[in-house]
Amino acid sequence: MNISYMYSLIAVVVLFLLAYVGVKLPGGEVFFGVIIPYLALIIFVLGFVNRVIDWARSPVPFRIPTTCGQQKSLPWIKSASIDNPSGTGGVIVRMILEVVFLRSLFRNTKCELKAGDKISYEWEKWLWLFSLIFHWSFFIVLFRHLRFFTEPVPACLQLLEKLDGFLQIGLPGLMLSGVALLAAVTFLFLRRILIPQVKYISLGSDYFPLFLIFGIAFTGILMRYFTKVDIVGAKAFTMGLVTLKPHITEGVGSVFYVHLFFVSVLLAYFPFSKLMHLGGIFMSPTRNLANTSRVKRHVNPWNYPVKIHTYEAYEDEFREKMIEAGLPVEKMMEPETPEEPEEKE
Amino acid sequence: MPNNKKMYDKGKVVAGLCIFVVLITFPFWFNLGKAAPVPEPKLSDKAKAAKECVMPKAYMKAEHMQILNEWRDTVVRDAKRIYTNPSGKKFNMSLSNTCLDCHTEKAEFCDACHNYASVTPYCWDCHIDPKEAK
Amino acid sequence: MSETPKPDELFSNIDYRPPSSGWMDTPVDIKKGIYSYAGNPKSLEYVGLPFARQWNPIDEDWSLPENWKEIISKGFRERLDRFRSIKVFMDICVRCGACADKCHFFIGSGDPKNMPVLRAELLRSVYRNDFTTAGKIIGSIGKNFKKIIGARELDLQVLKEWWYYLFQCTECRRCSVFCPYGIDTAEITIMGRELLNLIGLNIDWIITPVANCYRTGNHLGIQPHAYKDMMDFFSDDIEEITGVKVEPSFNRKGAEILFVTPSGDVFADPGTYTCVGYMMLFHYLQEKYGFDITWSTYASEGGNFGFFTSHEMMKRLNAKMYAEAKRLGVKWIIGGECGHMWRVIHQYMDTMNGPADFLEEPVSPITGTKFENAKSTKMVHIAEFTADLIKHNKLELDTSRNDHLKVTYHDSCNTSRGMGLLEEPRYVIKNVCNNYYEMPVNTIREQTFCCGSGSGLNAGENMELRMQGGLPRANAVKYVHEKHGVNMLSCICAIDRAALSASVEYWVPEVEVTGVHEMVGNALILPGEHKRTTDLRSEPLPGMEDDDAE
Repeated sequence: MNISYMYSLIAVVVLFLLAYVGVKLPGGEVFFGVIIPYLALIIFVLGFVNRVIDWARSPVPFRIPTTCGQQKSLPWIKSASIDNPSGTGGVIVRMILEVVFLRSLFRNTKCELKAGDKISYEWEKWLWLFSLIFHWSFFIVLFRHLRFFTEPVPACLQLLEKLDGFLQIGLPGLMLSGVALLAAVTFLFLRRILIPQVKYISLGSDYFPLFLIFGIAFTGILMRYFTKVDIVGAKAFTMGLVTLKPHITEGVGSVFYVHLFFVSVLLAYFPFSKLMHLGGIFMSPTRNLANTSRVKRHVNPWNYPVKIHTYEAYEDEFREKMIEAGLPVEKMMEPETPEEPEEKE
Repeated sequence: MPNNKKMYDKGKVVAGLCIFVVLITFPFWFNLGKAAPVPEPKLSDKAKAAKECVMPKAYMKAEHMQILNEWRDTVVRDAKRIYTNPSGKKFNMSLSNTCLDCHTEKAEFCDACHNYASVTPYCWDCHIDPKEAK
Repeated sequence: MSETPKPDELFSNIDYRPPSSGWMDTPVDIKKGIYSYAGNPKSLEYVGLPFARQWNPIDEDWSLPENWKEIISKGFRERLDRFRSIKVFMDICVRCGACADKCHFFIGSGDPKNMPVLRAELLRSVYRNDFTTAGKIIGSIGKNFKKIIGARELDLQVLKEWWYYLFQCTECRRCSVFCPYGIDTAEITIMGRELLNLIGLNIDWIITPVANCYRTGNHLGIQPHAYKDMMDFFSDDIEEITGVKVEPSFNRKGAEILFVTPSGDVFADPGTYTCVGYMMLFHYLQEKYGFDITWSTYASEGGNFGFFTSHEMMKRLNAKMYAEAKRLGVKWIIGGECGHMWRVIHQYMDTMNGPADFLEEPVSPITGTKFENAKSTKMVHIAEFTADLIKHNKLELDTSRNDHLKVTYHDSCNTSRGMGLLEEPRYVIKNVCNNYYEMPVNTIREQTFCCGSGSGLNAGENMELRMQGGLPRANAVKYVHEKHGVNMLSCICAIDRAALSASVEYWVPEVEVTGVHEMVGNALILPGEHKRTTDLRSEPLPGMEDDDAE
């Protein structure tokens, strides 16, 4: 499956070159700086909404939560109100834990065969930990970028930046989230190529977003700490985009456009890919339903009548044997035989 | 995609999508109706007269924090106070006495850009703007 | 079955390293000992399933209908439109691999296509190719690009792969517990099997029980008189063991409660002893408290192999329960010990065949407990019912009769992950026996391992598969056997009782299998009983036989 990540890597390199070179062509800055980002955002929002609506157009015919704890039954048995929710409150908490802390992944175990015919299941925290770091650092990085899209910059952002950069290493101050993101992406990539089973199941569409996000984080870090982008110019440009008065600022540099292009590609790619798990998790019927299947009737909108074997048909077939065995019947044997009926006693 | 098909759990799904769209488009409506002029750091007359800073303008724009950092370390750790730039000109390495001597208006020179880009340098944790102090 | 490798051989053959060729380039190899026989055409015909024919999985030609691709494609579309679960699960998997080593079949076989993620990818690859815009666009560039995004066309090889691997999943949902999005391979397998059934592909161990159940009311095809005969036989056994004559009633109109249990309990050891346990319990309650319950020969099956065929077939078989309850005019229903039976009752029955407005909300006539959790379905699990009795001190128990047992408890997949019935059976067990030990924490409750033969895979010809799938459970049993001397594996599922007997016999032969209500029956002191010298299996009770000899 090596072609999977080779092709993905090549794709990201091609995207890099496209933006790097393309922006220098006449009209390149407008194309990569204005047209593509707007287009990408429109595709992202519409594509995302469309996909979710498409999911919503299929009903959830049965209430099928995966119950991960004790049900609510007898009053003296303590139920697991979150892992096996018996009401909306429990479902909400379950979903929050799932979305914000990757609750299910936290359970992850690693199975190993041991000598002496033993199998062990050890708690495997790394995938959970790095996934958590990945998603959180990505979110923080994204959130921090609001400083380029708001004026005046809300105070909470400055607080977040202070926290993120509290180590005060180097100048401009090192933001932990950026490093964490790069580290987590690297981990997620390495486990894909180093763990044989995970490598076996990985597709090009698994590597591509990883490379792309790596590219985004890398170009971002490059600009902040190394090549030094004209930050006021960059913000003037991004503010132009969000106030719908786009204009090109001179001298922000090619790396900036590469960064912007990578983000645009990620946005446009998002609705058509596995990245839609962002929306999908909220729609997952094994997680977002309360385990009240026997308490409240769940209605299946397409429930249709089916052919069943009725009791009458059953009795018709077995009546004689049933009577013989002393089982009660609805109808006695039909006096089909014209002979005089036997009288009892 | 079939368009005339019914949505199930419509209320919840639409509400969720609305929240999503509102969050995603936050910058667009946050900045609605606000003028967001790009700040232009104001040079004092003295600075204008000096024509050139410690280093060329473009370099200063991108790397001024590095220079300040370097200055601080040299002064504090090596007790050296004189900086010679590539063209041989000598400067006293001091934020308050050298930098602010020319760039007299901190608010108009430093803060204008820093605030715009939401940068909070920790220079002013220790140093004071002599003007503000008065 | 003689070809099934020895346990140590099977264990040492497990290799988790995937082959060097990618999964799309590794053609399916349908192996003896793993696959189950094709469905008998007569059974398909009996229940009106399409394309009934004689076919053999190892033949090249499966004599498929000419337009099979079209049928599958149409069926796929229909199911995407009907089940949000399928649609979402097709789209959002990120292939993180957390599910990979959670599947008992993967743990026991090492076959990469038994990783839940890959089992789902078998269908997803076709979904991407046929139903997604990205798949169609990228697919049109070239075959290599298709492969990179994990799309492929449905052809005979792919279909065979579907059939082979969808009947190597027991729909146990363990992977779904660990999946960060709750992707449930059971949903995918259920859907996949529905599609296969559209073109007459099934296995006999599912479709013949389905046909039997449709006709006679139970999977084993026991006709009403034979059903009663067996119960009479159990009554004689009880009389011999306890000196008390037990007289269950059948198809009795006006009874307060209807009892439905899997037919395996009436037919196959050691389930039969569980059935004896129910009979004793009901008799005890009748004598002491005037309990009023009836069995039914028409609804003589709690299990539902229709669930392993299609949603429609599940509904057709399940309909008997409510129909019989209505006909007999009972107030509510108690269900016996069974796994997938309870998944169907808990998560599907009311929706499919309800509302059960002709029944009353279940109230225990003995304790007055309202079963609020079964308010709508009106069906109570016997473990819930018995736990409530014990809690209210309504049962006279001699737990010393179970002292020869060192018991552990196997949570059934369906009752734990599709219901959450975890504490009730434990409470019952701990109150009827004195030596109880839990298996390791990663192998019980919601993380429980399948017996290895669920969802209709309990056949004879696929014994190697069953032993592979049974390994993780048996291995945990072995652990408590070695550590605590456990000699009895209890469970609340008829398939477990049959399947675990085989896999424990294979992996840990020192341990036996029992239903929870067998232990209840063994401890229960029936009014007027004589001193017992044997347990319900007619084996001498240690420590009791001496007295009797005098």
